[in-house]
Amino acid sequence: MNDEPKKPDLATLAKKAEARELNFFYGAKQALNKITLPIYDKRVTALIGPSGCGKSTFLRCFNRMHDLYPGTRYEGEIRLQPDDVNLLSREVDPIEVRMRLAMVFQKPNPFPKSIFENVAYGLRIRGEKRRTVLMDRVEQALKDAALWNEVKDRLDELATTLSGGQQQRLCIARALACDPELLLFDEPTSALDPIATASIEELIHELREKVTILIVTHNMQQAARVSDFTAYMYLGDLVEFGWTDDVFFRPQKKQTEDYITGRFG
Amino acid sequence: MTVALELRQTIARAKRRDVAFVALGIAALLFAACTFVALFLDMVSDGAARLNGDFFTQFASRRAERAGILAAWVGSFAVMIVTALFAVPLGVSAGIYLEEYAPRNRMTALIEININNLAGVPSIVYGLLALGLFVHTFGLGASVLTAGLTLALLILPVVIVATREAIRSVPGAIREAAYALGATRWQMVQHHVLPYSMPGILTGVIIGLSRAIGETAPIVTIGAVSFIAFLPPPPISTEFPFLNADWLASPFTAMPIQIFSWTSRPEEAFQANASAAALVLVVMTLLMNAIAIWLRYRLRRNLNW
Ligand SMILES: Nc1ncnc2c1ncn2[C@@H]1O[C@H](COP(=O)(O)OP(=O)(O)O)[C@@H](O)[C@H]1O
Ligand SMILES: [Mg+2]
Repeated sequence: MNDEPKKPDLATLAKKAEARELNFFYGAKQALNKITLPIYDKRVTALIGPSGCGKSTFLRCFNRMHDLYPGTRYEGEIRLQPDDVNLLSREVDPIEVRMRLAMVFQKPNPFPKSIFENVAYGLRIRGEKRRTVLMDRVEQALKDAALWNEVKDRLDELATTLSGGQQQRLCIARALACDPELLLFDEPTSALDPIATASIEELIHELREKVTILIVTHNMQQAARVSDFTAYMYLGDLVEFGWTDDVFFRPQKKQTEDYITGRFG
Repeated sequence: MTVALELRQTIARAKRRDVAFVALGIAALLFAACTFVALFLDMVSDGAARLNGDFFTQFASRRAERAGILAAWVGSFAVMIVTALFAVPLGVSAGIYLEEYAPRNRMTALIEININNLAGVPSIVYGLLALGLFVHTFGLGASVLTAGLTLALLILPVVIVATREAIRSVPGAIREAAYALGATRWQMVQHHVLPYSMPGILTGVIIGLSRAIGETAPIVTIGAVSFIAFLPPPPISTEFPFLNADWLASPFTAMPIQIFSWTSRPEEAFQANASAAALVLVVMTLLMNAIAIWLRYRLRRNLNW
């Protein structure tokens, strides 16, 4: 949690991205209703809310994952700074969007390839062939993901031989290797044990110095521990957004307070 | 007490049925296995005496004891190579297209139904098609190429279906991981889907080939000869460009045809030749299936997602 005594005025903070009046449809079913939400630069923003409220759906709009499935439709904008590009625009290539943003999924999903090839994959499809560059970037990413010491002697081994927590940190390294501008996490610890969870949370806390993070979690303690800002969603609506400690200790909406105090959800 | 007793009786009754079903299952299995073993042993007892080195290196002959299967196994081998060269790229590409690219609409559904139906078309129909198309229309004759193309058509549905099933077993999470890093669809297919589904595809290809190698009707239909005393020219030559495609146009015979022609002879000695050749064919098929199982096991070890 953010324990600075005095929080900076929101108007003075730089935004990395902003969703504006974002609607999203799975076929005829509307899953997001007019969501407007700023993502502040080099901060961690947590998305909380009961299961099925649209957190993953919202997150997956940012890197246009929904484009992979037929029948999905976006309305509204997600503006990415500094170039103020609308990520959802038809003129913007989703591949380009995915090259700028990175995503870590709910279940660790390493490729059944070597540890090295997993981390290097993003660089390879960006055309990087120089072995030394690949080696350096892989090492740096693994260090940033706090995995280097555990795997430095076994980079050629299959990634699937790692433990669940290590696999998830490998997925984080894979995401970090391409220097993403915005890092999207979808419940990254829900498949992990408490110790692995703690190490991922610590990592997220450290990473915010380097990269802007948007994290979905159904674990409210986790949101409180790792985030600067929290957004509470319910049934496709954004109910409340603010500094994490405000949302948790001084919620503006009765609905948010009920959810946070465990009266429902 | 009585409750416990009743409960025990109920459980005992249920367990008796359990045992009865297992017994039935084992009986069915034994029946199938014994039939195969009996057939196999019969072939061994009839044909084993003929299985010596000469049998593999001699051409067919009017004298049963001098006849061998050289032309037949070389012919079968050459035909299988052509079959694989056509069926694998076509079948795998079609499978990839249907799974990864085709829009989910009526047209695709129609194609899918047709492919599944093709797998059930009697093989003689493929022979008739080949006779009209390859032999007469294209003028390819009763050649290795014609036979290879015909059998490739025959196993195409098997390869397509196996490819699709193998592709479908690649988890969506892996695809999403690649896409999320910025991969294009083809990069995703080339770097992930294809390598990870290779065990399943290879298994399907080998199963298809082991079916093709025993097919008789289509190659009889296209006019393969049963008595031949020369081999197709070798595919490699000593002169530039060192490759020689003449073997494709060569007439040929194949294992099942050789067996069929020997069984239709009245002499006892030719029956022994037929048994020996059939034994070779069965062992070839079993070997191919064993390779498929081994490959699947070897390549799948790495894929525990
Ligand atoms: N592929 C899909 N097709 C149709 N509806 C979907 C699909 N994925 C999710 N939904 C629906 O959208 C809503 C939001 O889902 P989701 O974003 O996964 O929620 P959360 O991540 O908050 O648990 C749910 O009602 C869910 O049933
Ligand atoms: Mg979710």
